[in-house]
Amino acid sequence: MLETIGVGSAQEIFDRQIPAAVRLGRELELPDGQPEQDVYEHLRELAARNTSTEDELSFLGAGMYDHYVPALIDMLMERSEFLTPYTPYQPEISQGGLQVMFEYQTAISELTALPVANASVYEGPSAVAAAGYLAKLHNGGGRFVVSAGLHPHSIETLRTNAHGYGMEVVEVGLRDGVTDPDAWREAIDDETSAAIFAQPNFYGAVEDAEALSAAAKAAGGSSSSPVVIAQVDPITLGVLRPPGECGVDVAVGEGQALGNRLDFGGPSFGLFAAREEYLRRMPGRIAGETVDVDGRRGFVLTLQTREQHIRREKATSNICTAQALNALGGVVYLCWLGRRGIVELGELLLARTDYARETLAAIDGVEKLHDQPVIREFALRIGGDVAAVRRRCAEQGVNPGVDAHALSARAEDRGVLLVAITERRTRADIDRLADALAVAVAAERETVAV
Amino acid sequence: MSTLAETPQQRDRARTIFQKGAPGRRAFACPQPEVPDAGARELLPARMRRTEPPRLPEVSEPEIVRHYVGISKRNFDLDSGFYPLGSCTMKHNPRLHERVAALPGHSRLHPLQDPERAQGALELMWNLQGALAEISGLPHVSLQPSAGSHGELAGVLLTRAYHEARGELRHKVLTPDTAHGTNPATVTMAGFEVVKVATNPDGGVDVEDLRAKADADVACLMLTNPNTLGLFDPNITEIAEIVHGVGATLYYDGANLNAVMGLSRPGDMGFDIVHFNLHKSFTQPHGGGGPGSGPIAVSDRVAPFLPVPILTREPDGTFALEHDPADGPGSRSIGRLRGFQGNYGCFVRSYAYICSLGGDGLKEASETAVLNANYLLARLREQDVARYLPLAYGELCMHEFVLSGGPMKQALQIKTLDLAKRLLDFGFHPPTVYFPLLVDEALMVEPTETETKETLDAFADAIAEILREAAADPEIARGAPYTTPVRRLDEVAAAKRPVIRETIG
Repeated sequence: MLETIGVGSAQEIFDRQIPAAVRLGRELELPDGQPEQDVYEHLRELAARNTSTEDELSFLGAGMYDHYVPALIDMLMERSEFLTPYTPYQPEISQGGLQVMFEYQTAISELTALPVANASVYEGPSAVAAAGYLAKLHNGGGRFVVSAGLHPHSIETLRTNAHGYGMEVVEVGLRDGVTDPDAWREAIDDETSAAIFAQPNFYGAVEDAEALSAAAKAAGGSSSSPVVIAQVDPITLGVLRPPGECGVDVAVGEGQALGNRLDFGGPSFGLFAAREEYLRRMPGRIAGETVDVDGRRGFVLTLQTREQHIRREKATSNICTAQALNALGGVVYLCWLGRRGIVELGELLLARTDYARETLAAIDGVEKLHDQPVIREFALRIGGDVAAVRRRCAEQGVNPGVDAHALSARAEDRGVLLVAITERRTRADIDRLADALAVAVAAERETVAV
Repeated sequence: MSTLAETPQQRDRARTIFQKGAPGRRAFACPQPEVPDAGARELLPARMRRTEPPRLPEVSEPEIVRHYVGISKRNFDLDSGFYPLGSCTMKHNPRLHERVAALPGHSRLHPLQDPERAQGALELMWNLQGALAEISGLPHVSLQPSAGSHGELAGVLLTRAYHEARGELRHKVLTPDTAHGTNPATVTMAGFEVVKVATNPDGGVDVEDLRAKADADVACLMLTNPNTLGLFDPNITEIAEIVHGVGATLYYDGANLNAVMGLSRPGDMGFDIVHFNLHKSFTQPHGGGGPGSGPIAVSDRVAPFLPVPILTREPDGTFALEHDPADGPGSRSIGRLRGFQGNYGCFVRSYAYICSLGGDGLKEASETAVLNANYLLARLREQDVARYLPLAYGELCMHEFVLSGGPMKQALQIKTLDLAKRLLDFGFHPPTVYFPLLVDEALMVEPTETETKETLDAFADAIAEILREAAADPEIARGAPYTTPVRRLDEVAAAKRPVIRETIG
């Protein structure tokens, strides 16, 4: 090979190109390479020092959820044909991936009842920020109004991004567990670029999405109404009224619940759907239908003039890829649930969540945070130190949920526990949680009393 | 050629899953509720309830499997053949990585698990951060960004925070005209104005143009080195001096890191901020367009602004996630860029890769990547290909090279696009085409280190054969491909009247 290249040694190739001053004149200080089986053992040993949802009875949620992932998803996501290609730049040999995107977009459009969806973005909170940027491009307003019911990570991510392009983020508080309608109306004016809320919200409560959308549109004034953005949870949309029927303009959300693993927080995918008028400002990849020279149906990446590789500094986003493999998991999951299954699962989640809330709220020293309808997650107020109560539950092999204050740092979240109920948590599991929590709360009270 | 019989995959017309199935058919069996049946009607007021179910497919499990396995076969993939897509680093994805990433201790670990019960994951992240710091020569790492573009956004927002903390409101960011499109797009999203820097006749940054444009309004220069022409900029030290001289930061787009691992480090070149593409250099599978992962490494002066949470190691050796550090990295944080800690599943794979290769192996990977690129370049020259497809700049290259199809278009009446499409019939994924923009009819080739000499030879032979074929009859290439599941697609029609979802019912 060296002879063909016309150099005496491989070193010569580098010597002729990399100036001596910036050559690393030593070996990298990293451990030596290891055989496959040793790497496996090392990674297995690290995994063994994590307590997964297999190892304890877990009610953790607050953004990612331990839903059941059907086996066929593992099989399909590990297929070479889906796992190892790049972005489909050559559509003639990428019809599989492009068709998956097209089917995924259809499924998200159906779920949200919004006409257009892209092929996915990174994940939930950054999808909220991406929707905010779309609103800024759309109406040039100077401010985002967000409900405090949004996940704290979404609000923080939006703030980080908004600071870059000089936008203000105004937070509207909650009343009785949902966005305070009066404060919402007051905060929105004709300078508001987007009005953003979560459905269900961070505390599990189902918001009156239609009222929030209508109020935002009315408050914005006729000339420049804000873009109404909802962060939705796709797995609830079999039973919750979809954003497209509630006056929402752009729906975004974390897709992990749909057939994706927890993976300690990623990779997953973010869904992004909108009304037709926002199509040409959408971020990310979009698959579209067309025909080949022989008239056969086919799919391509379309509307690429929005994108960075064509438009450069005028692009609607800098995003290059979708989360294609994770979105595959999402669409396969939705097919697996099917038209009836998504409704049945939603009803199951409603019923079990309600049962769990009532059961836990009956414990002495534990009360509901609010009486709003809840789905898949709910908030409890625990008299006492949540961290200590959680530790006492952990000693009983139960992880009772998330300490809301640890995530939000809001004073009003002190003493608030978020409990997530997926279909994997049976009635017996919920009863076991109730026992553990009762013991933990009582013990904690005793400690404090002493 | 266009009268060829259809291939089996062409005969199988595209039908989506929404066009399959039958009412009542299903895969999912819902668990029993087991709890008192209050029902959605009681638990949810009517105005909050969905009245019509979403029109998802009604299909059985065997149908789902057949459908998706069937359409998967209409994809070309890295496990099936050579994929020399420039700037994308399509190196082999070892299957060990999938196995370890799927271990329940990694894959079923909740992101809000208490740090004391996620020590294995945090140690893995700590070790990966350490390795990336050593490889880049920059000491502080955040694994949070979700992809290269996201890492870029983080980097430019860090730059903004750095200048703001010094009371400076700079508004321009410099990017070379050879830059990846993400660079200027990111600059706009971060609220800066893009100023282009010219390329000199050798393919590097035009230092005089840079000197003229570098002023006190410049916040940052974003650079890829080796650049998108596959060339290591010999003036990098001088470039860094100019940029630092006006108080700006120097940003390294890590898309081409595969050329220099263990050989040269961005930190030593004078860069302040680097993003890595774990899905390129560190072999996270590309997944048909994601997931990726785009960690960043930064110098001391930028470290206080890093995204939170910051991973810390306590004196007793345990690891923690610090959300509001009092001092040091993250103490004046730009905030969070996404939920949780980043794409941990990608960290597992890339960490396994680094453990497998070690320091020596990473260096050898880069050396072999560069050797393979130069060998393929030489083979293309040898085959009398250079007459039609000359190297755009330079003599040697790093891990990739850019050819110009300009002479081919003149002499043979086929465009780079035609050559690319004809390569599909030869069973190869074409190189990146029409990028970088300053090369006429560009063809950007990155073979990577995991390809054999035989594969490189076969690819060079295929290019030579396509050119010979075109000399005899250019129509063949112009009509290509012929053997793929579909032939050339009408992209203009797709964009003019977008159909981006299936019609149902």
